[in-house]
Amino acid sequence: MDIIEPMAMTIKEAANGLKNKLFSCEELVRASLGQINKFDKQINAFVAVCEKEAIREAKEIDIKISKREILGPLAGIPFSAKDVFCTKGIRTTACSNILNNFIPPYDATAIKRLKDAGAILIGKTNHDAFGFGSSTENSDFQVTKNPWNQNKVAGGSSGGSAAAVSAGMGLFSIAEDTGGSIRQPACFCGVSGIKVTYGRVSRYGVIAYGSSLDTIGVIAKTIDDTAAVLNIIAGKDPYDATTLNEAPADYLEHIDNGIADLVIGIPEEYFISGMDKEMETAIKEAIKEFERLGAKIKPISLPYTKYAIPAYYLSGISEVSANLARYDGIRFGFSDSEAKTIEEVYQLSRAKGFGPEVKRRIILGTYALSAGYYDAYYKKAQQIRKLIKNDFEKAFSEVNIIAAPVSPFPAFNIGEKTDDPLKMWLADIFTVTANPAGIPALAIPCGFSEDDLPLGMQLIGPLLSEQLLFRAGYSYQMATNWNKNKPKL
Amino acid sequence: MSDKLSEDKVKYIARLARIKISDEEATVFKNQMSSILDFVSSLNSIDTSNIETLSRTTELVNVFREDEIKPSLTKEEALLNAPNRYQNYFKTKPVLGEK
Repeated sequence: MDIIEPMAMTIKEAANGLKNKLFSCEELVRASLGQINKFDKQINAFVAVCEKEAIREAKEIDIKISKREILGPLAGIPFSAKDVFCTKGIRTTACSNILNNFIPPYDATAIKRLKDAGAILIGKTNHDAFGFGSSTENSDFQVTKNPWNQNKVAGGSSGGSAAAVSAGMGLFSIAEDTGGSIRQPACFCGVSGIKVTYGRVSRYGVIAYGSSLDTIGVIAKTIDDTAAVLNIIAGKDPYDATTLNEAPADYLEHIDNGIADLVIGIPEEYFISGMDKEMETAIKEAIKEFERLGAKIKPISLPYTKYAIPAYYLSGISEVSANLARYDGIRFGFSDSEAKTIEEVYQLSRAKGFGPEVKRRIILGTYALSAGYYDAYYKKAQQIRKLIKNDFEKAFSEVNIIAAPVSPFPAFNIGEKTDDPLKMWLADIFTVTANPAGIPALAIPCGFSEDDLPLGMQLIGPLLSEQLLFRAGYSYQMATNWNKNKPKL
Repeated sequence: MSDKLSEDKVKYIARLARIKISDEEATVFKNQMSSILDFVSSLNSIDTSNIETLSRTTELVNVFREDEIKPSLTKEEALLNAPNRYQNYFKTKPVLGEK
């Protein structure tokens, strides 16, 4: 079993190991489950572990291997999913008490595609309830700790997914990014994460946050692993009418072609005063690395960046107030048995089922959409959204992709920002720009702080440029190998 | 955007959103929401009079499909999570005739 080192092993290595019978799928899955059993009491990455089902599925894969059946690149690979993905027969909570007892009768499309490809779900990961947060501290169940330093947050909202991948609990995780929920935790935990073009991956069966902003993506240890998983889940889905008609590219094709042909833009607005110095230095070093790899570097400006946070949050909370109306205590989820009238069923179930950040966002969103305020808040935000998109379109007429920090600082202390919701919102300053514009962005580890916290950069590209982002990210990864550093658990 | 929020206003909006909140929550939310609304009011400084709105980023409109019958959830599956049911129905408190 020593041959399986769950913290270091990549999907590519695991698939080769299975193919060459260096170990069985059951051994591979047990190694991931072993990491959970050993370390998740401290890390709190998982809200559910499906040990029995995972081992049963692993045995089925082992039978297929023994029969020499041809298997796909993800066959037998253990993975986790953020607890917003509906999983048939497995409790799915959005990490909120209002869905504490919800057992979906169907699989989300992304889950179904991964299962059909033979990947093995080992558990559901923790996150801020409904994705509302940047640290997992808004989960109704537990706070996920950063594997690199357990006094620090793992980031959010998909903190459980990033911590799980970093700690070797599964080889990848699928998650959701509405304003940075994949990229920021990936950055804080020293792993890679892709936020895709809006509509590239089906949202069917994924618990909604802001439907015009929500995207489904991947967190993994390497850029090529991230690309390999996206290859399976991307594409049109008849169950999600917003999925794009364009056939997805093969994200591994051309990945090692280098970047000598690229012009990379550096936006001045992403280097703000008050930003962490080590983070700034790491990004500037990464830019030099891109130059050494042959890319041209060009300073650019995205002038509406500073308005992205208010515009993003106004759009987000408005959609939240509509999307979360479905939690009414009637068809599924928590229903307060003390309620005497239907009005009380709504009012009390939602009062007891939702945590403070969820209530705050629903109430603010209701306000922003209410008569007399709609033009000043929601409509204004949609106009700013147009200006943000224009910023990017102009930039992409001059450069191929943009390089920028994921976050102004590395992982912060648990409890540091929980008293002030606005302070938590501001943590998303560099990630919230991609979602209103619908464009993809790839988070990549780019160094470490003096006290050994991961630092991260994001590459942002035009609509449907994921293949290009993976190529640039892979080139950087192969030159720097930051991804090979592992936390000490 | 300069309207000041009051506890009563917060309670009123919460009622519209069908969330019962306590007096303490109303006070906390009033303060937090006021600072958030102050913050987002920075958008007022931008002249958007000639800017169109963007509420979605794809060009897709009217995605049609054939109206074919395909397998779907059984009644039992669809009712699996119902807090209260009567035969093959979701059961609720009376909607009409409520005070």
